[in-house]
Amino acid sequence: MYPRPFEYVAPKTLDEALAALDQTEGAKVISGGMSLLGLMKLRLLSPGTLIDIGRIPELDQIEDRDDHIAIGALVTHGMTASHALTTEHATALAQAASWTGDVQVRNRGTTCGSLAHADTAADQPAGAIACGAVMVARSVGGDREIAAADFFVDALTSALEPNEILVELRIPKEGGRSAYDKLGRRGGHSDYAVAGAAAWVRSDNGTVADARIGLTGVGTAPSLAAGATEAIIGSDGSAEAIAAAAERAVEGVTVLEDLYGSEEYKTHLAKVYVARALEQALALARS
Amino acid sequence: MHVSMSVNGREVSGDVEPRTLLVHYLRENLGLTGTHVGCDTGYCGACTVHVDGISTKSCTMLAVQAEGAEITTIEGLASNGELHPVQEGFWERHGLQCGFCTPGMIMQSAYLLAEDNNPDEDTIRHGLDGNLCRCTGYHNIVKAVQYAGARMRSEEPDAPDWEEEGT
Ligand SMILES: Cc1cc2nc3c(=O)[nH]c(=O)nc-3n(C[C@@H](O)[C@H](O)[C@H](O)COP(=O)(O)OP(=O)(O)OC[C@H]3O[C@@H](n4cnc5c(N)ncnc54)[C@H](O)[C@@H]3O)c2cc1C
Ligand code: FES
Ligand code: FES
Repeated sequence: MYPRPFEYVAPKTLDEALAALDQTEGAKVISGGMSLLGLMKLRLLSPGTLIDIGRIPELDQIEDRDDHIAIGALVTHGMTASHALTTEHATALAQAASWTGDVQVRNRGTTCGSLAHADTAADQPAGAIACGAVMVARSVGGDREIAAADFFVDALTSALEPNEILVELRIPKEGGRSAYDKLGRRGGHSDYAVAGAAAWVRSDNGTVADARIGLTGVGTAPSLAAGATEAIIGSDGSAEAIAAAAERAVEGVTVLEDLYGSEEYKTHLAKVYVARALEQALALARS
Repeated sequence: MHVSMSVNGREVSGDVEPRTLLVHYLRENLGLTGTHVGCDTGYCGACTVHVDGISTKSCTMLAVQAEGAEITTIEGLASNGELHPVQEGFWERHGLQCGFCTPGMIMQSAYLLAEDNNPDEDTIRHGLDGNLCRCTGYHNIVKAVQYAGARMRSEEPDAPDWEEEGT
């Protein structure tokens, strides 16, 4: 299967890429190509120009900066999954990356590409929301910071403007611990999430002082599970508290039936995975 | 658009449309038909090649993205007429039936063993998650990879399980 014909440019600097994206009607950024090329081969999408950011140096780094870590646009799923900084400060995101696709997909696909693609069932958005990530969107006009919880607008729709590149993802170092768990479409952790949840918790003297829970696979977009988050904050993190929070997993979420499950089944799974993510994050926080 | 790259140690170049997929460039422009197209969606892994040593599904990469890269395909795995240990393993442990998935399976297995030549069974199965086989049920593929790992560690491979079971 061939995509429709298109023009291809591979700028050597971010400034050139931003200018090209700004000036070219119907242009799209290509990073790992793991989602974009599939859509183009099926001709669901036919951009007139592809701007390949893959040759821009320095975007493939994970950096330690005092109060946060920064994940560059070209950092692959594989690197996010295994890097010492992500496994320590963004465990849920690292786990989500480790269960994104297969080895070959993780070798080329990028964390920022997965977030920009904004699939309703993608793994890393849930991790990014739980870890309190901030997306740095850059255009010729400058930088804009978008909180992960506001970034996923609708199915395959992020808050990025057409002339913006997601240049990096920042994860605050807030202490606390996080975890992600999911049911994959091919069972276990394989493939996109039928349902998945990530939880970040910070405990203080046996009380859950702060938390965030990200949900994916069940609604029109990955989102903050606001009800469950509210329920767990201030609790003692006990089994009862987890169960009470999980009951509120889909509060405010429009649960959608799809090929992989009915509304009822997805609602059930959302509760199961919110509970599991919370259990795992709380266990890590205690250890 | 002009592209140039190294394929199995040979410098190649030519003009392609930007939409040419790497797998089509290899098969149709270079005549290297060992790399197969199975699903054409990124799921089956039959098209797996190494791009700068990294295993990649060549149906989901543009030829122009491989500009300047070093590509290894199944045709480039054997050296000096000697099979790569993974090729030998698939032969010795019957890791194939129809053979359609085999080039991709072998390239992915060779990548996994280059990273870690002593993986346990679970690691092998997870490492081959992106390679589908419709024939073998994977059992003998795992055995083939274990055989190759032993050879790469200069150890004697375990006896084939059909001998162990005395059948
Ligand atoms: C076989 C297979 C299995 C998969 N399994 C899973 C899975 O289990 N879970 C999962 O979550 N995903 C899965 N995916 C999708 C995931 O792996 C993609 O890698 C990811 O969604 C896209 O990242 P990319 O770098 O490849 O982006 P591309 O495909 O290059 O781009 C995707 C979209 O994002 C835009 N984009 C990319 N980078 C940027 C940027 N820096 N700034 C602005 N826009 C950008 C592009 O314009 C495009 O619209 C799978 C894909 C395949 C092929
Ligand atoms: S043909 Fe490339 S993954 Fe199936
Ligand atoms: S041997 Fe036939 S598909 Fe694997």
